[in-house]
Amino acid sequence: MSTVSHAVSDARTMLRRNLKHALRYPSMTISVVVMPVMMLLLFNYVFGGALGTGIGGVPKGDVDYIDYVAPGIILMAATSGAVATAVSVCVDMTEGIVNRFRTMAISRASFLTGHVVGSVIQTMVSITFVVGVALLIGFRPDATPVEWLAAAGLLTLLTLAFTWLSAAIGLVAKNPETASNIPLPLTFLPFLGSAVVPPESMPTGLRWFAEYQPFTPVIETLRGLLTGTEIGNSGIAALAWCLGLTLVGYLWARAAFRRGTR
Amino acid sequence: MNPTEPAVSAVGLRKSYGDKTVLDGIDLSIPQGTVFALLGPNGAGKTTTVQILSTLIPADGGRAQLAGHDLESDADGVRAAIGVTGQFSAVDNLLTAEENLILMADLHHLGRREGRRRAAELLHRFDLAEAARKPASTFSGGMRRKLDLAMTLVGDPRIIFLDEPTTGLDPRSRRTMWEIIRSLVDDKGVTVFLTTQYLEEADQLADRIAVLDHGVLVAEGTADELKRRVPGGYVRLRFSSPRDLDSAAGLFGTIAKRDPEALTLDIPGDGTIPTLRAVLDVLDAVSVRAEGLTVHTPDLDDVFLALTGGPGAHPAPFLTTDTTPDMTPDTTPVTNLQESAR
Repeated sequence: MSTVSHAVSDARTMLRRNLKHALRYPSMTISVVVMPVMMLLLFNYVFGGALGTGIGGVPKGDVDYIDYVAPGIILMAATSGAVATAVSVCVDMTEGIVNRFRTMAISRASFLTGHVVGSVIQTMVSITFVVGVALLIGFRPDATPVEWLAAAGLLTLLTLAFTWLSAAIGLVAKNPETASNIPLPLTFLPFLGSAVVPPESMPTGLRWFAEYQPFTPVIETLRGLLTGTEIGNSGIAALAWCLGLTLVGYLWARAAFRRGTR
Repeated sequence: MNPTEPAVSAVGLRKSYGDKTVLDGIDLSIPQGTVFALLGPNGAGKTTTVQILSTLIPADGGRAQLAGHDLESDADGVRAAIGVTGQFSAVDNLLTAEENLILMADLHHLGRREGRRRAAELLHRFDLAEAARKPASTFSGGMRRKLDLAMTLVGDPRIIFLDEPTTGLDPRSRRTMWEIIRSLVDDKGVTVFLTTQYLEEADQLADRIAVLDHGVLVAEGTADELKRRVPGGYVRLRFSSPRDLDSAAGLFGTIAKRDPEALTLDIPGDGTIPTLRAVLDVLDAVSVRAEGLTVHTPDLDDVFLALTGGPGAHPAPFLTTDTTPDMTPDTTPVTNLQESAR
């Protein structure tokens, strides 16, 4: 067999291992799904009334607040998967099995590829679940099949970017506790963007940050695709952010993995 | 590879972290099909040596060849020839024993059927068949270590590294592990490189032992050769009266150490039959009766302490012992009697 087919088969083996982990140890997977679902319920039923009246006029006339907030929360499902990735990579690193892999004649990249692909699959499953819950509680997107596909593609890209970043975090973190704490700011970032309220309602400094941080264009694109709001330049910006972050995460993770044992 | 070529050869391996030198020029040559033990206290650099030779970390200097592959230029060739069981368990806790082995088989590209066959064979061989479907997280220390080693063997490695393979195991599991390691060499002709801080383990398993201390090899040889390098062996005679003790002490001169309270006399020597015979002949010649005789041979613990500069110990020429502070250079030690008897 050639090197390339070995690399693919090694990555598949690693992917199988990670999916088995997800099934054997479902509490992590469940917490990844539960967090955004709780957010969705919280923002729709608890804050929804007040927030909805406050911003009703801003995005597009008289939309329901659920239609405004759902895309933002769906995106949080993508980021909360990041924590799980960082933890599972870090647990592997602390448990000695990675050193076994390193002493075997297997494709160097397969360990990380298996983790990342596994996490992306897991996160996409939880995103689907969150979308389902959103639809159940009244989210009414008007997206065409093509727009749905584009939204799914964008979410996959974003998940990929955050998964690579988290994999790198998992590699450099000293222990699983640290690994689960470092990505927390990432999961908090959507709040400082246009996820739950429009940046126009924020004080100047914060608004400036909200407008230029990576999540805002992604949320705006997603919202545009699903509910038909204005996308404008956000689409390009969202793609650029996703690809850029993927590249940074990938290079960082690769370098951290090569740096050797701890 | 050529059967006369060493399985592992290394010249001048060095490694330091910051200004702390961990390995300061290690030379090794391990023949194929033998067990080599690297013995040393904690922090001597044993694990670092294994990590370098198993391609986990690069050396700062020196060269090494494993199974004919250069460590630096052909790391993948080295990896294909070796199997490593590290100090810390490298099993996947969430997978079952069988799944762990099949994971290894898949990573060795053995194919589905061959992978299953190999897994079943190893489970049987290591007495893990009953636990095959249980997750590794439920295993005891000994089972875990066996699974760990079984995983290492899936790829049929020619050289096996075992970093402290029995640390933390109970005596029974340790014996089992020893039997397994010995059978690897006997049945399959593999080369085993093990590190240990247990002298008994090195004594039991290894064809050759190297003692590592502060990143330097301070001694190398068979267990017997090493034991010969240190003092500590003596023949202890016990007497029934102070009078007998005194007359015997007079015969052996200042090399013997007498203990008037216990009525014993320690005569430095290696405890072989000719030595004993020589001692008893001396006593017989003057009709002094010893009530009892015990032989104290130096064990590897003495070697270890003497060579690694343990508390109060320092390398000393063979026949000086701390029990004979008054020994003078011209006394005739008992072992010389044995030498001349040959």
